[in-house]
This record gives sequence, structure tokens and C-alpha cells, in this order.
Amino acid sequence: MGSVPTKQGRFGLYGGRYVPETLMPALLELEKEYSSAKKDRRFQSELAYYLKHYVGRPTSLYFAQRLTKRLGGAKIYLKREDLCHTGAHKINNAIGQGLLAQRMKKLRIIAETGAGQHGVATATVAAMFGLQCEVYMGTEDMQRQALNVFRMRLLGSTVTGVDAGSRTLKDAISEAMRDWTTNIRTTHYILGSVLGAHPYPMMIRDFQSIIGRETRRQILAAEGRLPDCLIACVGGGSNAIGLFHAFIRDKKVKMVGVEAGGLGVASGKHAARFAGGKPGVLQGTMTYLLQGDDGQVNLTHSVSAGLDYAAIGPEHSYLRDQGRAEYTSVTDDEAMAAFDLLAREEGIMPALESAHAIAYTVKVAPTMKKNQLLVVNLSGRGDKDVQQIANMRGITL
Amino acid sequence: MTSKLDHTFATLRQRGEKALIAYVMAGDPSLQDTEQLVVELEQAGADIIELGVPFSDPIADGPVIQQAAERALRSGTSLRTILSMVTRLRARTQIPLILMAYYNNIHAFGPERFCHEAAQAGVDGVIMPDMPPDEAGPLRGPAAAAGLPLIFLLAPTSTEERRTFVARQSQGFVYYVSLTGITGAKLHNMADVAKNVEKIRKVTRVPVAVGFGVATPEDAAKVAAIADGVIVGSAIVKQIAAYGQKPEMVKHVAGFVRSLKAAMRAAQSKPR
Repeated sequence: MGSVPTKQGRFGLYGGRYVPETLMPALLELEKEYSSAKKDRRFQSELAYYLKHYVGRPTSLYFAQRLTKRLGGAKIYLKREDLCHTGAHKINNAIGQGLLAQRMKKLRIIAETGAGQHGVATATVAAMFGLQCEVYMGTEDMQRQALNVFRMRLLGSTVTGVDAGSRTLKDAISEAMRDWTTNIRTTHYILGSVLGAHPYPMMIRDFQSIIGRETRRQILAAEGRLPDCLIACVGGGSNAIGLFHAFIRDKKVKMVGVEAGGLGVASGKHAARFAGGKPGVLQGTMTYLLQGDDGQVNLTHSVSAGLDYAAIGPEHSYLRDQGRAEYTSVTDDEAMAAFDLLAREEGIMPALESAHAIAYTVKVAPTMKKNQLLVVNLSGRGDKDVQQIANMRGITL
Repeated sequence: MTSKLDHTFATLRQRGEKALIAYVMAGDPSLQDTEQLVVELEQAGADIIELGVPFSDPIADGPVIQQAAERALRSGTSLRTILSMVTRLRARTQIPLILMAYYNNIHAFGPERFCHEAAQAGVDGVIMPDMPPDEAGPLRGPAAAAGLPLIFLLAPTSTEERRTFVARQSQGFVYYVSLTGITGAKLHNMADVAKNVEKIRKVTRVPVAVGFGVATPEDAAKVAAIADGVIVGSAIVKQIAAYGQKPEMVKHVAGFVRSLKAAMRAAQSKPR
């Protein structure tokens, strides 16, 4: 497997730049600016400074002793991205792109958000760097993630509801792309996952790859060897690619991405792109996509707003084609049960997104030997989901 | 290769006229209505018809065309039924018909099959708002084999390098997007449009048509003074939406198109 993407932003058949011409010059500029920043020591040391002192990195790699014992199989480590400032891995990318926006002298930033974690991370970075910020969010997601909407507003950002289509992440991205098309000269679009047109999937992967680099160092320090398996949930797939990237050449390390199975793949109400989708083009990139025979994009369902999206990052499509990573899905109910389990066994409430990774761990850990090592990316914390869970259980807070 | 579009622009040039390119969303409110609209809009003075192919996630479109796409999808419209309509239309009119389609609809149909069947049905060109020529590789061969022109877009943000690159690959005409924004936004800087159209003319001999934000007969007249073609979309779609399934819809929209063409002709007959 050579290094991806190509200069044209291709991961095998996937990726590329399927955007209106108005955006092309901005994407080319962003690519140029990013590649010069990547080589710029000052940029890198500034990024490292904020990741350490503002985000709180490195995040710990925590041995989940009680969960391990309970499941009775592989030794389970949790990569604690939930301990990042703002409560999820999203800020790793938001800081990186916030620095880039300033480098390009774009003083207005926009973002889309599903669960609200990327929106909060972007709003936070905007406040810290003194940038103007507008976040697009589907009105359905605004309802289930009301707390994060309020957090963004407290941070001084404008949150704009998107009432089109399924009123979720996909529609928020389309609206953010329309804003960017309109305000391209003054605005940088901080896309939140490894989606969209080149260079976004590559750049966001690079900003998130610190997760895997730290994990590699930490597991070697703790166990003196690499893990047998990595597990991460996959919406767009930025936390997963962030964890996987540093291990791609370590062929013995198995990598599993967990998609949202919603009410079950057979029900059609899910966001399991590899189970129900086929390659297509959405929002700038060619990748696996849930779509009808005539190419209209399907509505998706997941209890977790952050996984509720019809397409998957193009590099994941590539890793799957290459057989380098495997993808599976768990249902809403399995994720909810995993949320409870982690809360009660380890005193950690995972984000509903990350609960999908835990749910798969519950299935696979008991099938593994006791001396095998599992690393699960705990990509975010569940505080934002407490209200929704209460509602689902008929409890008024 | 001389296409029907080339012929239309050449004929208009001889007559001292500019092309009025009228956009309608195919299947809004129904394909039957669209079929009738095409025939009537030709009578009213449209020179070329652009048929929107409805897509669930149209990133380049403003609310007017987004909602038209939603209505068209609700009426059961797909690329397949649109091509059948074009076949039927060819028994009634020879006006150039261009499809405006997001790439995923074409990808799902199969690029090769699409080029073949579209040309066979009588489609005269394709515009894809989310497909810059950089990505058009897989379509180029099949489109050339079928004799189907691929029309590309330029924007105010396009650099000189891209202007040359895109204009040289565009067949039939170059679609100049008049503003940095989405369809249906307000056009305010005509001087900039004129400047950019001139720059495009320096790198290609293909006609230049201007779209996005052309809403009124006055706008159409101003654009006609500087470009070879005037594309009106959202303003027409808005009229269709206002009348919906009422029997007077087609007549009303035709009236609007007539007023656009009249303003363009009046502007052309005035000495510049």
C-alpha cells in the first residue's frame, strides 16, 4: 500500500474534488497553504503548544480493568479522547484548521455539526483565536443536542438551523458549503470530519493522527508490544482514522470501524454505509454512500447524531477495499446498553458515538485471549447525551 | 465536431441576437408539465432549454431550486424518466436541450450508459455543477463517442490558470457563474461580470453564457449586452412554483420568458 492520497486527492478509487468551480481555487489554495504549514516548524510548534496546553494532550491510555474482567477476554485499553478540552477529539482538528485560517488571513470561520461536538470545538477555537464563527446544524440535531447548541452560543458563535432534507448532519454540510461558496473570500470552512473534497480528508486525518501516535507510544510503554486490535466508531470517520493512521503499516494490528446500525441494517433505518451502500459522490468526495438506485441519497437513522450520515470518509472506503481495515455495525440498543455498562463498570459515560465502539468491544473481547490487547478509541464523553437519554427513558430532568 | 449548440449560437449571431437559456426543473410539478413548458417556452422565445435533474443534495443551489428538486422527486422524477420525456419531446421540437445534473445521478446511472442514452434521446449537452473538468476524466471518452458536449463552469473566483484550463475543455459554451454564491442570489456587480466575460473570451472561441442571479428582463438585457447567452433559472422556477398545478401555469411562465426575450432583443437593437 503506497502513501495516500495522490496529488489529486485520490485514495484508490475514492476521494477527489467534486465541487462547484467557485470553490476550486479555495481548495487549491488551502492545499498549498496546508502543505507549506506542514513543513513549517513554527506552525508545527504552535500547533503542539495548543494541543498540550489548551487541549490537554497527551490524553491518557487507560487500562479498563473492571470492563476487562467483566468481559473475560482481551485486555481493554481506552484512549481517553473524552478528556480533551470540550469533551471530544474534534478539537484536535479545530485547532489545526483555526491556525490555518489565521495563516490565510480568513477571519470568519464556519462549520457544520451533527452531535454538536465539532461545533463546540470550532466555537471554542474561534473564541480563543478571536475569529467570527457561524455553525450550521440540522434542526433535528439541534433538538436532540440542545445542550451543545447552548454551549456554542455561550462561546459567542451563531448557530444557524438547517431545515432541509433530513435536517441532520448531511444537510448542515450542504448549507455550510453554500455559505462557503458565497463568502469564499473572507471565510474558511472548518469541516469536522475526514469528508468533503481534497485536501480535507487528508488534512483532517493528519490533524487527528496524533491520537494513534500517542497510543502507539503509550501501549509500547505499558505493554512493550503493539495492540492486537483497534476499535473506533465511524461516522465520517475522523476519530477512527486518527487512531488507525499510525498503525497502518503494522499489518498484525487489526483495525475495526464500527458504524451505526440504527434499528438494524434489515430495517433500512441505519447509517451502515458498507452494509447498505455503494460508491457514489456526495458533498465533494467519491466514497461509499447510502443511496437509491437512481443516485438519490437515502435518509439515515442513528440514536447518535454524530454517526447519522449517509457517506463515510473516502480513506475508509480505500482501507476496506484494501482489506486493511474491517467495518461492522451495532444497533442503537446495543450502543445504549454499552453506555450503561461503561458508566457502571468504569465510571465513564461515553458519547453515544463512542458507545458504538464499546458495544462492539463487548462482542469481540470475550472471543479473544486474555493476553491479547484491545485499544478502543473513546472519542468523546457522554455529558451532551444525558438529556437525550433521559428523554428516551421518559424521565424529565 | 459541430453540435446543435454551436449551430444555435451561430444562427443567433447572424441575426444579431443573444441566446436566452431557460432553466426548468424537470418534473416540477410533473414531467407532463415540463414537457408542455419546453414546447411553450420555445414559442415564447427561449433559444435553449436547460432541464434540471433533481438531486437530493444540491450543494450549488439556493432554496428556490432546492425546493423545486424536492417537488420533482416527490412527483417520481428520475434521470430515466427525464430521458424518456426528452425522447417524446423530440417528436415535437428540435430546440437544444441541456441537462443540468449533479454527478451522483449520472454516476449511479453509469457514465457510459448515460452518455449513450442521453445522446440517443436527443440531449444536446450536459452541465454538472459539482464536476470540475479536473474530475471529468471518466466521462470524456463516452461523451465524445456519443457526441454529447460537456459544458463546464467558470466563476468570479477562478484564477487565470483555471480560466484557461476550464474554458478550453468546455464544449458548446462556457457557463460563467456571475457571482460568488448559489443559484438565485442577487446579481449586483455587472461591471465585474463584463470584465470576466472579456477575460474568458481571450482564452476561448466557444460562446460564453452567464447565469446565477439573472432575475428580471432588465437583468437579462444587461447580460445580453456583454455575453452570448443569458441563463435564467430561479426566477422562472419561482413562477412555476407560484402557479404549481393551476391550469394557467404554463401560459404565465411563457409570458415571463417572452418578457425576458423582448428585453434582450430591445437591448440588442439599440446601438452600443
